[in-house]
Amino acid sequence: MSVNTVQQPHLIAEKKQRIWTGPQIVLTVIIVIISLTCLLPFINVAAMSLSSKSAILSGRVSFLPVEFTGMAYKAIFSDPAMMRSLSFTVSITVAYTAFSMVLTVLMAYPLTKKRLKGRKFFNFLALFTMYFSGGTIPIYLNIKELSLLNTPWCLILPGMLSTYNMIILKSFFSALPSELEEAATIDGANDFQILLRVYLPLSMASLATLTLFYAVGKWNSFQDALYYIQDKKFQPLQLKLYHLIKGSQAVDVAAMEGGSSTVATEISESIQPASIIFATLPILLVYPFVQRYFVAGVTIGAVKG
Amino acid sequence: MSTKSINAKATGGRSWLQDWRLYVMLILPLAFYAIFCYKPMVGVIVGFEKFNMFKGMWASPWIGIKNFKDTMSMPDFRPALVNTLWLNLMGLIAGFPVPIILAIMLNEMRSIKTKKLCQTLLYLPHFLSWIIIGGMVLQIFSPSSGIINATLLKWRWIGKSIPFLTDGPHWQFTYTLVGVWQGMGWGTILYLSAITGINMELFEAAKIDGANKLQQIWHVTLPGIRSTIVVLLILSVGQMMNISFDRPQILGNPQVLDYCDVLSTFVYRTGITNSQFARATAIGLFQSVVGLILITGANFVSKKLGEEGIW
Repeated sequence: MSVNTVQQPHLIAEKKQRIWTGPQIVLTVIIVIISLTCLLPFINVAAMSLSSKSAILSGRVSFLPVEFTGMAYKAIFSDPAMMRSLSFTVSITVAYTAFSMVLTVLMAYPLTKKRLKGRKFFNFLALFTMYFSGGTIPIYLNIKELSLLNTPWCLILPGMLSTYNMIILKSFFSALPSELEEAATIDGANDFQILLRVYLPLSMASLATLTLFYAVGKWNSFQDALYYIQDKKFQPLQLKLYHLIKGSQAVDVAAMEGGSSTVATEISESIQPASIIFATLPILLVYPFVQRYFVAGVTIGAVKG
Repeated sequence: MSTKSINAKATGGRSWLQDWRLYVMLILPLAFYAIFCYKPMVGVIVGFEKFNMFKGMWASPWIGIKNFKDTMSMPDFRPALVNTLWLNLMGLIAGFPVPIILAIMLNEMRSIKTKKLCQTLLYLPHFLSWIIIGGMVLQIFSPSSGIINATLLKWRWIGKSIPFLTDGPHWQFTYTLVGVWQGMGWGTILYLSAITGINMELFEAAKIDGANKLQQIWHVTLPGIRSTIVVLLILSVGQMMNISFDRPQILGNPQVLDYCDVLSTFVYRTGITNSQFARATAIGLFQSVVGLILITGANFVSKKLGEEGIW
């Protein structure tokens, strides 16, 4: 005991035999239960998506499929509108993320340079948009005036630059030692070259975080599509899912092999859960790998911003 | 060029022309801010006009605050305003302490592996769209086939299913609950990093003085994260007038219309569905201005109380 008290407190905690005391077990059980509430809804919905209509209607499905059937997924994958929506969402997400990253870097880098005249003013211009905006309708009218309504561009251009993300990147750039820039300047590099060859290669982790922020944001966005898109061929997945959930559109089973009204009836209960899982799967697949970057990003932004 | 730069260095300043590349970089982002943020801000003048789509916002006749008066006397404006404030208030009261408590609990966990795993699960809802969460909620809370009602009925805890989504007050409860659930994990991140920043010696000193775990939390941890709490509280108060669109839109349904209609859905319906642009603009402007006043006020009060503000 006396040896332990001399050691650093967190080293004591690392010792295996002392971890599981009574209060620790209680605490862990509570937190595990709370955490499970974030997972179990998925398992339930996934189980429903693979269950038969009668099993779902009678409320017998909990965390395992009852009377297993993959028919709902078959219907989704053979619905051309759904597949088109998926590929459309992927393409606007990629385009949006690329544009966003370019703009974010171009805004953040100059703002870290104290010698830039008008830096405070540019900074204020960006920050003010975080606290005040024209509002839904002026933004809508603006997009209408620019003839962007009902084009893929209205989902890409308006939200391209997030001031929040820009601040995260700015604080990362500011944290890099200024000697790097001085050395590069002596070697004859100009601002473009310094940004491309010195700053960006050193900021890969932050850039990756922001790329993910933008990509997830676009993948999940629904409001802009509901406001600005009438044309079904430009419906992103979230909007498609919204209409499905609200019952204003259905999955087209006609294209399915042996598709008929009986198929439509049979999948009437499992099609919504299946569509939810279908739209979530891409996020769930990348999530375990990327979540630590997100956490790092949020903390940087909060501490320095 | 070279003599000029030497001169500039000698006088301690640089000609701004030397930094032209930095200004070139700023062209695109500034154009973005101008076109997609500041131009719509000018567009709020529509709120003071008898707006005509074909004349455009510069030629439409000016009618002062008539739009504001008209909108505020619309029968569904008052419920939308009241619901917005009420749902935000419930969300703040129920949702604000949860991440703090959760962060403190997570921080006390000694098994690092379990902690990491739990955090991974807790952050998950933050990455899902409200459409996905809403879809799941509709499935899970469904009165007939939803797992919650089915389970409670099976265990005979309830006699008949609870109308989570089809009865007004129940709907507001469900709305708040789901909001707290969605935000609780992500909300812990800032508090956890603030707790990590507390000097370990303070805990040691408290232990030597005989403080137990709860006393340490009360006298060391909570004061240590106070400035984080204050900043986040200011931001939440500043958001009282703003309500997200996605969550009420996906969870709401005609059966609870009087309880689920909020300003964001009201603006959407009035402005975009019914093309009453001027009225909807007026409401949006009203919201923005009140929001700005709220956040400035909260910041002012917190500074008066000796806390750090957000600017």
